Amino acid sequence: MVEKDVTVKNRAGIHARPAGMIVTLANKFSSHIFIEKENEKINAKSIMGLITLGVLCNTVVKISASGSDEGAAVDALVKLIDNRFEE
Amino acid sequence: MSKAFTVLDLLDLELRDHNALNLVCKAGRKGLAKPITQPDINRPGLALSGFFDDFNSRRLQLFGNGESAYIRKLEQENKWETVERIFQLEPPCIVFTNNHLPPDKVMQFSELHHVPVLSTSLGSADFSVRLIRTLADVFAPQRTVHGVFVEVSGMGVLLLGDSGVGKSEAALELIERGHRLVCDDAVDIRCVSGNTLLGKPVNPTLGHHLEVRGIGIINVAQLFGVSAIQFQKEIEMVIELELWDSNKEYERLGTKDQAVEILGVSMPSMTIPVKPGRNIAILIETAVMNHRLKQMGFHSAQEFNQNVIQWLESENARNVYLRKNKDSPVS
Repeated sequence: MVEKDVTVKNRAGIHARPAGMIVTLANKFSSHIFIEKENEKINAKSIMGLITLGVLCNTVVKISASGSDEGAAVDALVKLIDNRFEE
Repeated sequence: MSKAFTVLDLLDLELRDHNALNLVCKAGRKGLAKPITQPDINRPGLALSGFFDDFNSRRLQLFGNGESAYIRKLEQENKWETVERIFQLEPPCIVFTNNHLPPDKVMQFSELHHVPVLSTSLGSADFSVRLIRTLADVFAPQRTVHGVFVEVSGMGVLLLGDSGVGKSEAALELIERGHRLVCDDAVDIRCVSGNTLLGKPVNPTLGHHLEVRGIGIINVAQLFGVSAIQFQKEIEMVIELELWDSNKEYERLGTKDQAVEILGVSMPSMTIPVKPGRNIAILIETAVMNHRLKQMGFHSAQEFNQNVIQWLESENARNVYLRKNKDSPVS
């Protein structure tokens, strides 16, 4: 299993559009991918779960993945969040 | 529990009708961020009279008619030591029931020690029952699960499975067939009274939306009406959906009962393989009906097996009889 913490930096936090981008990206990997905020852990491949997590600006979230492409999956997601969802 | 539950959270809880606590903060607002760590209350009668052994200051302190009357008596005598000592021990908050308002001196202690004084219109007995029920819910073991929670023919069914297996689509068809959606994707599960699992949306304001691939996010209450949704429900059964794996053996007879454990509670479960051409909603409906039938004492698969055994035995007996009487003349 690979884990990495990342801070969400875009102003509106994870709303529908960023959530959609995360889910689309996560679905390209076969690993099980999770996003965790304050002990609440949800599946990164589910859009509703991600939105209801309610991630605000400057929140640290933990991304974890387990499976054949776990490293690449975590790196790609961290990069997406670090780049403020290309906003 | 992930976050501390503060006095402010208690005031902010959206409780209605027979659950409402009717709490109002009267003093000590600076202490509203104090966490409540024990799901229980304390009546500080003994402490007021000066006996502080085993005084539990971590609990919420409840002042009813008796305690309020005693404080008024202390006011007349101008003896404030015991009252101040209670505030010095910093309980999470102090609640006066029956709309009693404490003397100004008490308000001063409250501001000084940052211990909020709350007041409620309810009587002590009623308030205690409601508060303990509320705190039991708040402090119940909790878990967030990835799945879809639906009510099928009155039974709470938790649909689990990898993303993309068709949980939301199955839920949509169930709604169309007159069943109800409790929540999609993130289910907040709480174990109450040790053996009951309650499921509800993680975020009530965002609940009752479904994400369906190709369509997007839809509002179920608006599209299908309020009869298609449910706010909270007891989980009574778990159905796991998985892509059909031709190497795996699936249950064919249904004589064995499966179970999964969630928060230490054993739940009857079932695995339904998904492949094109299988109508998952109807399979779920049937599985639920069959489960209800089992609960009522009628186990289809076992009953069928019993009949088969009986029939085989009677056939066997018939054969033995016929063989024995083969040579005897027919009268």
